[in-house]
Amino acid sequence: MWKLLQIELFKIFRRPRTYISFAAIAAMILIIQLGLKFDGKSYLQLLMSGISESFYVPFDMILNGYLVAFVILNTLLIQVPLLIALVAGDVVAGEANMGTLRLLVTKPVSRTELMIAKYLASVVYTVLLLIWMALLALFLSMLFFGTNDMIIARNEVMEQISRNDVLWRYIAAFGYAAVALSTVAALAFLLSVFAENSIGPIVSTISIVVVLTILSEMKIPLYDNTVKPYLFTSHMLAWKGFFYSKSNGDGQAISGSIENLPAILRSLGILLSYIVLFVSAAIIVFKKKDILS
Amino acid sequence: MKKKIQLLLFSLFFFSISFAQDATSLLKKVREKLDKVDDYEATGIMKTNVSFLKVPEASVTVYFRKPDNLKIKNDKGISLVPKGAVSLSLNKLLKGNFTAIDGGADVIQNTKIKIIKLLPADDNADIVLSTLYIDESRLLILKARTTTKESGTYEVEMNYGKYILYALPDKVIFTFNTKDYKLPKGITFDYDDGSKKKTENAVSDNKGKVEISYSSYIINKGLPDAVFK
Repeated sequence: MWKLLQIELFKIFRRPRTYISFAAIAAMILIIQLGLKFDGKSYLQLLMSGISESFYVPFDMILNGYLVAFVILNTLLIQVPLLIALVAGDVVAGEANMGTLRLLVTKPVSRTELMIAKYLASVVYTVLLLIWMALLALFLSMLFFGTNDMIIARNEVMEQISRNDVLWRYIAAFGYAAVALSTVAALAFLLSVFAENSIGPIVSTISIVVVLTILSEMKIPLYDNTVKPYLFTSHMLAWKGFFYSKSNGDGQAISGSIENLPAILRSLGILLSYIVLFVSAAIIVFKKKDILS
Repeated sequence: MKKKIQLLLFSLFFFSISFAQDATSLLKKVREKLDKVDDYEATGIMKTNVSFLKVPEASVTVYFRKPDNLKIKNDKGISLVPKGAVSLSLNKLLKGNFTAIDGGADVIQNTKIKIIKLLPADDNADIVLSTLYIDESRLLILKARTTTKESGTYEVEMNYGKYILYALPDKVIFTFNTKDYKLPKGITFDYDDGSKKKTENAVSDNKGKVEISYSSYIINKGLPDAVFK
Protein backbone atom coordinates (compact mmCIF):
# COMPACT_ATOMS: atom_id res chain seq x y z
CA MET A 1 0.00 0.00 0.00
CA TRP A 2 2.84 2.38 0.90
CA LYS A 3 4.43 1.80 -2.53
CA LEU A 4 1.10 2.43 -4.24
CA LEU A 5 0.65 5.63 -2.27
CA GLN A 6 4.13 6.80 -3.24
CA ILE A 7 3.36 6.16 -6.90
CA GLU A 8 0.06 8.07 -6.68
CA LEU A 9 1.75 10.96 -4.89
CA PHE A 10 4.44 11.00 -7.56
CA LYS A 11 1.73 11.23 -10.22
CA ILE A 12 -0.01 14.12 -8.42
CA PHE A 13 3.09 16.17 -7.73
CA ARG A 14 4.60 15.51 -11.16
CA ARG A 15 1.81 17.53 -12.78
CA PRO A 16 2.32 21.31 -12.98
CA ARG A 17 -1.40 21.88 -12.34
CA THR A 18 -0.97 20.60 -8.78
CA TYR A 19 1.16 23.62 -7.98
CA ILE A 20 -1.47 26.02 -9.35
CA SER A 21 -3.35 25.52 -6.09
CA PHE A 22 -0.31 26.36 -3.97
CA ALA A 23 0.39 29.44 -6.08
CA ALA A 24 -3.28 30.50 -6.03
CA ILE A 25 -3.45 30.17 -2.25
CA ALA A 26 -0.24 32.16 -1.79
CA ALA A 27 -1.55 34.89 -4.11
CA MET A 28 -4.95 35.08 -2.39
CA ILE A 29 -3.44 35.18 1.08
CA LEU A 30 -0.92 37.87 0.18
CA ILE A 31 -3.62 39.99 -1.45
CA ILE A 32 -5.88 39.70 1.62
CA GLN A 33 -2.96 40.50 3.94
CA LEU A 34 -2.01 43.51 1.83
CA GLY A 35 -5.62 44.72 1.74
CA LEU A 36 -5.99 44.39 5.51
CA LYS A 37 -2.63 46.07 6.10
CA PHE A 38 -3.78 49.18 4.26
CA ASP A 39 -7.53 49.19 4.84
CA GLY A 40 -8.10 46.75 7.69
CA LYS A 41 -9.50 49.49 9.91
CA SER A 42 -12.43 50.09 7.55
CA TYR A 43 -13.19 46.37 7.57
CA LEU A 44 -13.15 46.34 11.36
CA GLN A 45 -15.25 49.48 11.58
CA LEU A 46 -17.90 47.75 9.49
CA LEU A 47 -17.81 44.63 11.66
CA MET A 48 -17.78 46.53 14.94
CA SER A 49 -20.03 49.47 14.07
CA GLY A 50 -22.61 48.46 16.70
CA ILE A 51 -19.95 48.14 19.37
CA SER A 52 -17.87 51.22 18.65
CA GLU A 53 -20.89 53.40 19.49
CA SER A 54 -20.76 52.28 23.13
CA PHE A 55 -17.10 51.28 23.54
CA TYR A 56 -13.65 52.60 22.79
CA VAL A 57 -12.42 50.09 20.24
CA PRO A 58 -8.63 49.88 19.77
CA PHE A 59 -8.77 48.92 16.09
CA ASP A 60 -4.99 48.91 15.66
CA MET A 61 -4.64 46.29 18.43
CA ILE A 62 -7.55 44.20 17.19
CA LEU A 63 -6.10 44.04 13.68
CA ASN A 64 -3.41 41.51 14.59
CA GLY A 65 -2.04 38.33 13.03
CA TYR A 66 -4.55 36.05 14.73
CA LEU A 67 -7.54 38.00 13.42
CA VAL A 68 -6.03 38.31 9.94
CA ALA A 69 -5.50 34.52 9.84
CA PHE A 70 -9.14 34.02 10.87
CA VAL A 71 -10.37 36.37 8.14
CA ILE A 72 -8.23 34.53 5.58
CA LEU A 73 -9.50 31.12 6.65
CA ASN A 74 -13.07 32.44 6.67
CA THR A 75 -12.64 33.54 3.07
CA LEU A 76 -10.45 30.75 1.73
CA LEU A 77 -12.09 27.73 3.27
CA ILE A 78 -14.97 28.46 0.91
CA GLN A 79 -12.64 28.68 -2.12
CA VAL A 80 -10.20 25.91 -1.22
CA PRO A 81 -12.67 23.08 -1.96
CA LEU A 82 -12.45 24.19 -5.57
CA LEU A 83 -8.68 23.68 -5.51
CA ILE A 84 -9.08 20.31 -3.84
CA ALA A 85 -11.55 19.25 -6.55
CA LEU A 86 -8.96 20.19 -9.15
CA VAL A 87 -6.73 17.32 -8.05
CA ALA A 88 -9.12 14.84 -6.42
CA GLY A 89 -11.47 15.00 -9.42
CA ASP A 90 -8.61 14.08 -11.65
CA VAL A 91 -7.11 11.05 -9.89
CA VAL A 92 -9.27 8.47 -11.66
CA ALA A 93 -10.85 10.43 -14.54
CA GLY A 94 -7.46 11.88 -15.51
CA GLU A 95 -6.04 8.43 -15.99
CA ALA A 96 -9.13 7.34 -17.92
CA ASN A 97 -8.64 10.34 -20.17
CA MET A 98 -4.97 9.55 -20.73
CA GLY A 99 -5.73 5.88 -21.34
CA THR A 100 -3.54 4.63 -18.51
CA LEU A 101 -6.36 3.39 -16.31
CA ARG A 102 -6.84 0.11 -18.18
CA LEU A 103 -3.11 -0.52 -17.96
CA LEU A 104 -3.15 0.29 -14.26
CA VAL A 105 -5.83 -2.25 -13.39
CA THR A 106 -3.93 -5.01 -15.16
CA LYS A 107 -1.24 -4.77 -12.46
CA PRO A 108 -1.32 -7.38 -9.67
CA VAL A 109 -2.96 -5.03 -7.21
CA SER A 110 -6.57 -5.21 -6.12
CA ARG A 111 -8.85 -2.43 -7.32
CA THR A 112 -9.77 -1.66 -3.71
CA GLU A 113 -6.12 -1.09 -2.77
CA LEU A 114 -5.62 1.00 -5.86
CA MET A 115 -8.60 3.20 -5.02
CA ILE A 116 -7.63 3.57 -1.37
CA ALA A 117 -4.11 4.60 -2.43
CA LYS A 118 -5.55 7.14 -4.86
CA TYR A 119 -7.84 8.63 -2.23
CA LEU A 120 -5.07 8.73 0.38
CA ALA A 121 -2.86 10.55 -2.12
CA SER A 122 -5.64 13.16 -2.52
CA VAL A 123 -5.82 13.48 1.27
CA VAL A 124 -2.04 13.98 1.49
CA TYR A 125 -2.33 16.72 -1.15
CA THR A 126 -5.19 18.31 0.83
CA VAL A 127 -3.20 18.24 4.08
CA LEU A 128 -0.12 19.71 2.38
CA LEU A 129 -2.26 22.48 0.91
CA LEU A 130 -3.63 23.19 4.39
CA ILE A 131 -0.15 23.26 5.92
CA TRP A 132 0.91 25.69 3.21
CA MET A 133 -2.15 27.76 4.02
CA ALA A 134 -1.39 27.65 7.75
CA LEU A 135 2.17 28.78 7.18
CA LEU A 136 1.10 31.74 5.09
CA ALA A 137 -2.21 32.66 6.70
CA LEU A 138 -1.21 32.23 10.32
CA PHE A 139 2.54 32.52 10.70
CA LEU A 140 3.10 35.13 7.99
CA SER A 141 0.21 37.19 9.39
CA MET A 142 1.70 36.89 12.89
CA LEU A 143 4.94 38.20 11.44
CA PHE A 144 3.32 41.08 9.50
CA PHE A 145 0.66 42.13 11.98
CA GLY A 146 2.02 40.95 15.35
CA THR A 147 -0.05 39.14 17.96
CA ASN A 148 -2.58 40.21 20.55
CA ASP A 149 -5.92 39.03 21.87
CA MET A 150 -8.17 37.77 19.11
CA ILE A 151 -11.61 39.29 18.64
CA ILE A 152 -13.98 37.63 16.19
CA ALA A 153 -17.43 38.70 15.09
CA ARG A 154 -20.27 36.24 15.21
CA ASN A 155 -23.85 36.70 14.19
CA GLU A 156 -25.07 37.91 17.60
CA VAL A 157 -22.01 38.02 19.79
CA MET A 158 -18.40 39.11 19.68
CA GLU A 159 -15.82 36.71 21.08
CA GLN A 160 -12.53 37.72 22.62
CA ILE A 161 -9.81 35.12 23.14
CA SER A 162 -6.67 35.84 25.14
CA ARG A 163 -3.55 35.71 23.00
CA ASN A 164 -2.10 32.77 24.95
CA ASP A 165 -5.33 30.83 24.34
CA VAL A 166 -5.34 31.12 20.54
CA LEU A 167 -2.69 28.85 19.01
CA TRP A 168 -4.11 25.51 20.16
CA ARG A 169 -7.46 26.58 18.70
CA TYR A 170 -5.81 27.13 15.33
CA ILE A 171 -4.14 23.72 15.48
CA ALA A 172 -7.52 22.12 16.24
CA ALA A 173 -9.23 24.20 13.54
CA PHE A 174 -6.67 23.21 10.89
CA GLY A 175 -7.03 19.58 11.95
CA TYR A 176 -10.78 19.84 11.53
CA ALA A 177 -10.42 21.68 8.22
CA ALA A 178 -8.27 18.78 6.97
CA VAL A 179 -11.20 16.40 7.60
CA ALA A 180 -13.69 18.87 6.05
CA LEU A 181 -11.63 19.27 2.90
CA SER A 182 -11.01 15.52 2.74
CA THR A 183 -14.79 15.19 2.47
CA VAL A 184 -14.74 17.39 -0.62
CA ALA A 185 -11.82 15.32 -1.91
CA ALA A 186 -13.91 12.17 -1.34
CA LEU A 187 -16.83 13.65 -3.29
CA ALA A 188 -14.60 14.66 -6.20
CA PHE A 189 -12.96 11.23 -6.02
CA LEU A 190 -16.36 9.51 -6.27
CA LEU A 191 -17.45 11.65 -9.21
CA SER A 192 -14.09 11.01 -10.84
CA VAL A 193 -14.93 7.31 -11.08
CA PHE A 194 -17.91 8.01 -13.34
CA ALA A 195 -16.11 10.23 -15.83
CA GLU A 196 -13.75 9.71 -18.72
CA ASN A 197 -12.12 13.14 -18.33
CA SER A 198 -11.45 15.30 -15.30
CA ILE A 199 -13.46 18.39 -16.30
CA GLY A 200 -16.80 16.74 -15.46
CA PRO A 201 -15.97 15.68 -11.86
CA ILE A 202 -14.15 18.95 -11.10
CA VAL A 203 -17.04 21.14 -12.29
CA SER A 204 -19.64 18.85 -10.70
CA THR A 205 -17.85 18.91 -7.33
CA ILE A 206 -17.54 22.69 -7.42
CA SER A 207 -21.22 23.05 -8.35
CA ILE A 208 -22.37 20.69 -5.59
CA VAL A 209 -20.21 22.42 -2.95
CA VAL A 210 -21.36 25.90 -4.02
CA VAL A 211 -25.07 24.99 -4.13
CA LEU A 212 -24.97 23.13 -0.80
CA THR A 213 -22.95 25.93 0.84
CA ILE A 214 -25.61 28.44 -0.21
CA LEU A 215 -28.31 26.13 1.16
CA SER A 216 -26.36 25.74 4.41
CA GLU A 217 -26.02 29.48 4.89
CA MET A 218 -29.60 30.48 4.08
CA LYS A 219 -32.17 30.52 6.82
CA ILE A 220 -35.30 28.89 5.45
CA PRO A 221 -37.44 27.23 8.16
CA LEU A 222 -38.67 24.54 5.76
CA TYR A 223 -35.32 22.79 5.58
CA ASP A 224 -33.45 24.32 8.56
CA ASN A 225 -34.24 21.29 10.71
CA THR A 226 -34.86 18.76 7.99
CA VAL A 227 -32.30 18.88 5.18
CA LYS A 228 -29.66 21.29 6.51
CA PRO A 229 -28.34 19.21 9.43
CA TYR A 230 -27.49 16.41 6.97
CA LEU A 231 -25.66 18.47 4.36
CA PHE A 232 -21.91 18.00 4.70
CA THR A 233 -21.41 21.69 3.87
CA SER A 234 -23.31 22.62 7.07
CA HIS A 235 -20.63 20.84 9.07
CA MET A 236 -17.60 22.08 7.16
CA LEU A 237 -17.73 25.35 9.11
CA ALA A 238 -17.43 23.59 12.47
CA TRP A 239 -13.72 24.49 12.60
CA LYS A 240 -14.99 27.84 13.81
CA GLY A 241 -16.47 26.16 16.85
CA PHE A 242 -12.96 25.90 18.28
CA PHE A 243 -12.92 29.70 18.53
CA TYR A 244 -16.20 29.91 20.46
CA SER A 245 -15.61 29.88 24.24
CA LYS A 246 -17.91 29.01 27.11
CA SER A 247 -18.90 31.78 29.50
CA ASN A 248 -19.20 31.66 33.29
CA GLY A 249 -21.98 32.90 35.56
CA ASP A 250 -20.82 36.51 35.18
CA GLY A 251 -20.79 36.34 31.39
CA GLN A 252 -16.97 36.10 31.20
CA ALA A 253 -15.35 33.95 28.53
CA ILE A 254 -13.57 30.96 30.08
CA SER A 255 -10.04 30.58 28.75
CA GLY A 256 -9.24 27.17 27.27
CA SER A 257 -12.91 26.21 26.90
CA ILE A 258 -14.96 25.30 23.83
CA GLU A 259 -18.59 26.40 23.77
CA ASN A 260 -20.04 23.26 22.24
CA LEU A 261 -17.50 20.45 21.80
CA PRO A 262 -20.16 17.71 21.44
CA ALA A 263 -21.61 19.60 18.44
CA ILE A 264 -18.16 19.83 16.84
CA LEU A 265 -17.57 16.12 17.43
CA ARG A 266 -20.99 15.34 15.97
CA SER A 267 -20.13 17.42 12.89
CA LEU A 268 -16.79 15.64 12.69
CA GLY A 269 -18.60 12.29 12.86
CA ILE A 270 -20.96 13.33 10.05
CA LEU A 271 -18.04 14.40 7.83
CA LEU A 272 -16.20 11.14 8.51
CA SER A 273 -19.38 9.23 7.64
CA TYR A 274 -19.58 11.12 4.35
CA ILE A 275 -15.94 10.27 3.62
CA VAL A 276 -16.59 6.59 4.29
CA LEU A 277 -19.77 6.73 2.17
CA PHE A 278 -18.16 8.52 -0.80
CA VAL A 279 -14.98 6.44 -0.81
CA SER A 280 -16.86 3.14 -0.34
CA ALA A 281 -19.24 4.07 -3.16
CA ALA A 282 -16.27 4.98 -5.36
CA ILE A 283 -14.58 1.64 -4.62
CA ILE A 284 -17.78 -0.36 -5.25
CA VAL A 285 -18.49 1.43 -8.53
CA PHE A 286 -14.87 1.12 -9.64
CA LYS A 287 -14.75 -2.58 -8.81
CA LYS A 288 -17.82 -3.22 -10.97
CA LYS A 289 -16.74 -0.86 -13.69
CA ASP A 290 -15.97 -2.16 -17.11
CA ILE A 291 -12.88 -0.14 -17.93
CA LEU A 292 -12.73 0.58 -21.62
CA SER A 293 -10.43 3.59 -21.63
CA MET B 1 -54.94 84.02 58.50
CA LYS B 2 -53.07 85.88 55.75
CA LYS B 3 -50.11 86.32 58.08
CA LYS B 4 -50.12 82.58 58.85
CA ILE B 5 -49.98 81.72 55.16
CA GLN B 6 -47.17 84.21 54.63
CA LEU B 7 -45.30 82.66 57.55
CA LEU B 8 -45.80 79.17 56.15
CA LEU B 9 -44.58 80.19 52.66
CA PHE B 10 -41.59 81.97 54.19
CA SER B 11 -40.77 78.86 56.23
CA LEU B 12 -41.00 76.64 53.16
CA PHE B 13 -38.76 79.02 51.18
CA PHE B 14 -36.29 79.21 54.08
CA PHE B 15 -36.15 75.41 54.42
CA SER B 16 -35.67 74.86 50.69
CA ILE B 17 -32.76 77.33 50.68
CA SER B 18 -31.22 75.75 53.74
CA PHE B 19 -31.57 72.26 52.14
CA ALA B 20 -29.89 73.51 48.97
CA GLN B 21 -27.14 74.99 51.09
CA ASP B 22 -26.84 71.67 52.93
CA ALA B 23 -26.52 69.85 49.62
CA THR B 24 -23.99 72.32 48.29
CA SER B 25 -21.88 72.27 51.45
CA LEU B 26 -21.96 68.45 51.53
CA LEU B 27 -20.82 68.34 47.92
CA LYS B 28 -18.07 70.82 48.77
CA LYS B 29 -16.84 68.51 51.55
CA VAL B 30 -16.97 65.46 49.27
CA ARG B 31 -15.08 67.36 46.60
CA GLU B 32 -12.42 68.40 49.15
CA LYS B 33 -11.94 64.76 50.03
CA LEU B 34 -11.66 63.78 46.36
CA ASP B 35 -9.20 66.65 45.86
CA LYS B 36 -6.69 64.92 48.13
CA VAL B 37 -5.85 62.78 45.12
CA ASP B 38 -3.98 64.55 42.34
CA ASP B 39 -3.24 61.38 40.43
CA TYR B 40 -3.20 57.64 40.84
CA GLU B 41 -2.19 54.46 39.12
CA ALA B 42 -4.33 51.50 40.12
CA THR B 43 -4.13 47.85 39.17
CA GLY B 44 -7.16 45.63 39.10
CA ILE B 45 -9.27 43.00 37.41
CA MET B 46 -11.91 44.08 34.93
CA LYS B 47 -14.97 41.96 34.23
CA THR B 48 -17.24 42.84 31.33
CA ASN B 49 -20.80 41.61 31.28
CA VAL B 50 -22.57 42.64 28.09
CA SER B 51 -25.07 40.42 26.29
CA PHE B 52 -23.24 40.58 22.95
CA LEU B 53 -19.67 40.45 24.25
CA LYS B 54 -17.91 37.35 25.44
CA VAL B 55 -14.60 38.51 26.86
CA PRO B 56 -12.31 37.02 29.49
CA GLU B 57 -11.36 38.75 32.74
CA ALA B 58 -8.65 41.31 32.13
CA SER B 59 -5.81 42.62 34.26
CA VAL B 60 -6.01 46.38 33.87
CA THR B 61 -4.15 49.44 35.03
CA VAL B 62 -6.22 52.55 35.56
CA TYR B 63 -4.50 55.92 35.38
CA PHE B 64 -6.06 59.12 36.70
CA ARG B 65 -4.80 62.66 36.82
CA LYS B 66 -6.62 65.83 37.76
CA PRO B 67 -8.83 67.33 36.55
CA ASP B 68 -10.43 64.50 34.61
CA ASN B 69 -7.81 62.47 32.74
CA LEU B 70 -8.68 58.81 33.02
CA LYS B 71 -7.19 55.93 31.06
CA ILE B 72 -7.86 52.20 31.36
CA LYS B 73 -5.16 49.96 29.89
CA ASN B 74 -5.13 46.19 29.58
CA ASP B 75 -1.70 44.95 30.66
CA LYS B 76 -1.65 41.83 28.50
CA GLY B 77 -4.18 42.33 25.76
CA ILE B 78 -7.20 44.22 24.53
CA SER B 79 -9.97 45.74 26.61
CA LEU B 80 -13.11 47.28 25.25
CA VAL B 81 -13.84 50.15 27.61
CA PRO B 82 -17.34 51.67 27.73
CA LYS B 83 -17.22 55.28 26.56
CA GLY B 84 -19.11 56.65 29.54
CA ALA B 85 -16.75 55.00 32.02
CA VAL B 86 -13.95 57.27 30.92
CA SER B 87 -15.79 60.46 30.10
CA LEU B 88 -17.91 60.55 33.26
CA SER B 89 -15.52 60.71 36.18
CA LEU B 90 -16.76 61.83 39.58
CA ASN B 91 -14.34 64.73 39.57
CA LYS B 92 -15.79 65.91 36.31
CA LEU B 93 -19.30 65.61 37.68
CA LEU B 94 -18.51 67.63 40.80
CA LYS B 95 -16.46 70.29 39.03
CA GLY B 96 -19.27 71.16 36.65
CA ASN B 97 -21.56 74.16 36.89
CA PHE B 98 -24.78 72.83 38.39
CA THR B 99 -27.57 73.35 40.87
CA ALA B 100 -27.64 70.88 43.74
CA ILE B 101 -31.00 69.75 45.10
CA ASP B 102 -31.57 67.67 48.18
CA GLY B 103 -33.27 64.44 47.12
CA GLY B 104 -33.91 62.96 50.56
CA ALA B 105 -32.39 59.93 52.21
CA ASP B 106 -32.11 56.21 51.50
CA VAL B 107 -30.10 53.11 52.45
CA ILE B 108 -27.43 51.66 50.15
CA GLN B 109 -24.87 48.98 51.02
CA ASN B 110 -26.45 48.93 54.53
CA THR B 111 -25.48 52.56 54.94
CA LYS B 112 -27.74 55.56 55.38
CA ILE B 113 -27.11 57.88 52.51
CA LYS B 114 -28.16 61.29 51.33
CA ILE B 115 -29.46 61.72 47.82
CA ILE B 116 -28.37 64.82 45.95
CA LYS B 117 -29.52 65.67 42.47
CA LEU B 118 -27.36 67.80 40.22
CA LEU B 119 -28.99 69.86 37.50
CA PRO B 120 -26.53 71.33 34.99
CA ALA B 121 -26.75 75.09 34.56
CA ASP B 122 -25.84 74.83 30.87
CA ASP B 123 -28.89 73.97 28.75
CA ASN B 124 -26.64 72.53 26.04
CA ALA B 125 -24.79 70.15 28.36
CA ASP B 126 -25.01 66.47 27.44
CA ILE B 127 -25.82 65.56 31.04
CA VAL B 128 -29.49 66.01 31.85
CA LEU B 129 -29.45 64.95 35.49
CA SER B 130 -27.02 63.35 37.91
CA THR B 131 -28.09 61.74 41.15
CA LEU B 132 -25.46 61.15 43.82
CA TYR B 133 -25.93 58.80 46.76
CA ILE B 134 -23.58 60.09 49.44
CA ASP B 135 -22.54 58.58 52.74
CA GLU B 136 -22.68 61.78 54.77
CA SER B 137 -20.69 60.51 57.74
CA ARG B 138 -17.71 59.27 55.69
CA LEU B 139 -18.08 61.81 52.85
CA LEU B 140 -18.12 59.10 50.20
CA ILE B 141 -20.11 58.78 47.02
CA LEU B 142 -21.51 55.24 47.06
CA LYS B 143 -23.48 55.49 43.85
CA ALA B 144 -23.96 57.97 41.01
CA ARG B 145 -26.57 57.81 38.30
CA THR B 146 -26.22 60.11 35.31
CA THR B 147 -28.70 60.57 32.52
CA THR B 148 -27.35 61.98 29.28
CA LYS B 149 -29.03 63.24 26.14
CA GLU B 150 -27.04 61.09 23.73
CA SER B 151 -26.09 57.88 25.52
CA GLY B 152 -28.86 57.09 27.97
CA THR B 153 -28.25 56.44 31.65
CA TYR B 154 -24.99 55.47 33.33
CA GLU B 155 -24.71 54.18 36.86
CA VAL B 156 -21.55 53.85 38.91
CA GLU B 157 -21.55 51.99 42.20
CA MET B 158 -18.52 52.01 44.46
CA ASN B 159 -17.40 49.85 47.36
CA TYR B 160 -14.69 51.23 49.60
CA GLY B 161 -12.05 49.48 51.66
CA LYS B 162 -8.31 49.97 52.03
CA TYR B 163 -8.16 53.36 50.30
CA ILE B 164 -11.18 54.92 51.97
CA LEU B 165 -9.15 57.86 53.28
CA TYR B 166 -8.58 59.00 49.70
CA ALA B 167 -12.16 58.19 48.69
CA LEU B 168 -10.80 55.63 46.23
CA PRO B 169 -12.94 52.54 45.80
CA ASP B 170 -11.83 48.90 45.99
CA LYS B 171 -14.53 47.99 43.53
CA VAL B 172 -16.43 49.94 40.89
CA ILE B 173 -19.47 48.61 39.06
CA PHE B 174 -20.35 50.60 35.99
CA THR B 175 -23.74 49.98 34.36
CA PHE B 176 -24.57 51.54 31.01
CA ASN B 177 -26.91 51.38 28.04
CA THR B 178 -25.91 49.41 24.98
CA LYS B 179 -27.30 49.22 21.50
CA ASP B 180 -28.36 46.04 19.73
CA TYR B 181 -25.64 44.10 17.99
CA LYS B 182 -26.35 41.80 15.10
CA LEU B 183 -24.41 41.02 11.94
CA PRO B 184 -25.86 39.29 8.87
CA LYS B 185 -25.01 35.60 8.79
CA GLY B 186 -23.80 36.09 5.21
CA ILE B 187 -20.94 38.20 6.57
CA THR B 188 -19.93 36.13 9.57
CA PHE B 189 -20.55 32.63 8.10
CA ASP B 190 -21.19 31.35 11.61
CA TYR B 191 -21.04 27.70 12.48
CA ASP B 192 -24.59 26.81 13.49
CA ASP B 193 -24.19 24.23 16.24
CA GLY B 194 -27.83 24.43 17.28
CA SER B 195 -27.06 26.09 20.62
CA LYS B 196 -28.58 29.27 22.00
CA LYS B 197 -26.68 32.13 20.47
CA LYS B 198 -26.88 34.91 23.07
CA THR B 199 -24.69 34.79 26.16
CA GLU B 200 -27.14 33.32 28.61
CA ASN B 201 -25.79 34.82 31.82
CA ALA B 202 -25.17 38.32 30.58
CA VAL B 203 -27.02 41.33 31.96
CA SER B 204 -30.41 41.89 30.33
CA ASP B 205 -30.51 43.25 26.79
CA ASN B 206 -29.51 46.86 26.18
CA LYS B 207 -27.75 47.02 29.57
CA GLY B 208 -24.07 46.40 30.04
CA LYS B 209 -21.99 46.09 33.17
CA VAL B 210 -18.28 46.54 33.74
CA GLU B 211 -16.80 45.73 37.11
CA ILE B 212 -13.28 46.69 38.19
CA SER B 213 -11.87 45.25 41.41
CA TYR B 214 -8.77 47.18 42.42
CA SER B 215 -5.92 45.46 44.21
CA SER B 216 -3.58 48.41 44.72
CA TYR B 217 -3.22 52.14 44.17
CA ILE B 218 -0.14 54.30 43.79
CA ILE B 219 -1.37 57.73 44.84
CA ASN B 220 0.06 61.21 44.16
CA LYS B 221 3.35 60.04 42.68
CA GLY B 222 2.88 61.90 39.40
CA LEU B 223 2.05 60.52 35.96
CA PRO B 224 3.60 61.45 32.59
CA ASP B 225 1.45 62.94 29.80
CA ALA B 226 2.30 59.98 27.57
CA VAL B 227 0.07 57.71 29.68
CA PHE B 228 -3.07 59.57 28.61
CA LYS B 229 -2.29 59.69 24.88
